Amino acid sequence: MGRVVVDVMPKPEILDPQGKAVAAALPRLGFEGFTGVRQGKRFELEVDGEVTEAVLETVRQAAATLLSNPVIEDVVRVAAAEEHDATQAGAVPGGASTAGPHA
Amino acid sequence: MTAVAPEATGSTTLQGARVGVITFPGTLDDRDAARAVRLAGGTAVPLWHADADLHEVDAVVLPGGFSYGDYLRAGAISRFAPVMGELVEAAQGGLPVLGICNGFQVLTEAHLLPGSMIKNDHRTFLCREQVLVVENAETAWTRDYNQGERITIPLKNQDGQYVADEHTLDELEGEGRVVFRYEGWNPNGSRRDIAGITNAAGNVVGLMPHPEHAVEVGFGPDGEAGPRTGTDGLRFFSSVLTTLLG
Repeated sequence: MGRVVVDVMPKPEILDPQGKAVAAALPRLGFEGFTGVRQGKRFELEVDGEVTEAVLETVRQAAATLLSNPVIEDVVRVAAAEEHDATQAGAVPGGASTAGPHA
Repeated sequence: MTAVAPEATGSTTLQGARVGVITFPGTLDDRDAARAVRLAGGTAVPLWHADADLHEVDAVVLPGGFSYGDYLRAGAISRFAPVMGELVEAAQGGLPVLGICNGFQVLTEAHLLPGSMIKNDHRTFLCREQVLVVENAETAWTRDYNQGERITIPLKNQDGQYVADEHTLDELEGEGRVVFRYEGWNPNGSRRDIAGITNAAGNVVGLMPHPEHAVEVGFGPDGEAGPRTGTDGLRFFSSVLTTLLG
């Protein structure tokens, strides 16, 4: 079974009220030194079999039409999930993603 | 301000105007919208999201609520409901369509109106009686108002901040397509105080505040005649009857 990950972020020029709320909460809990937070969305689409280029192309179209609204959001990643990328059983404890948020 | 537009009351011809009100899963204000249509003198026709048929209505209201729980984005899933196919086509052909709150969000997701709504800048749900300025009294849904008139109708939302790029905003302003602006205080951070807009043809109007909650004495915002006497929202619905029946 394959899995495709889609990351969607609010456009840089759009105020992100949720990110702002998180940014304000961090120092209250003692997490200092963060000058900004932006909150996006991650989708995981499962397919039977391999994640082929055709599958990725379909997901790109779905990402542009349904998963994101181009007026307020950018699709920053559409990619086959790596083993360590899966959020199910094998998720790395405290795992830092190797993929940057900006494509 | 007249409570009821004279041309909208007591006329039997107006009973012929059929205004559809769409119910999506999670819609809240469909009954109020239907009631507003009736109080204005029209016939309200319930439309169901899964029925890809507008049943030959003369106009359509997309009411407020939280369709599909606002999952994904407000209005994003409703936009692909079976009823929306014919609606988009009909709206492009001139059918009067009014989107209120969540309905406005559906209309932007369907690309019938430009821009989008994001969370309020203060990040909280807000419910208040809101003063608006009528900036365009020539649309299908506002022609019973006067240009520049101040009206008071309820506002209640969490995702009410209207955003669009500067080019789009300039275009809306230049073409007179800003229909309502917030007066006195911007309650959600909307660009240029925009509360409602229209398409180029003036048949599709969307706004965040709720005219259907200000249509009957005893149930609306405070008005000049006393508490809860405000009926400033009624003329949305009489306007469309005026539009349809000349």
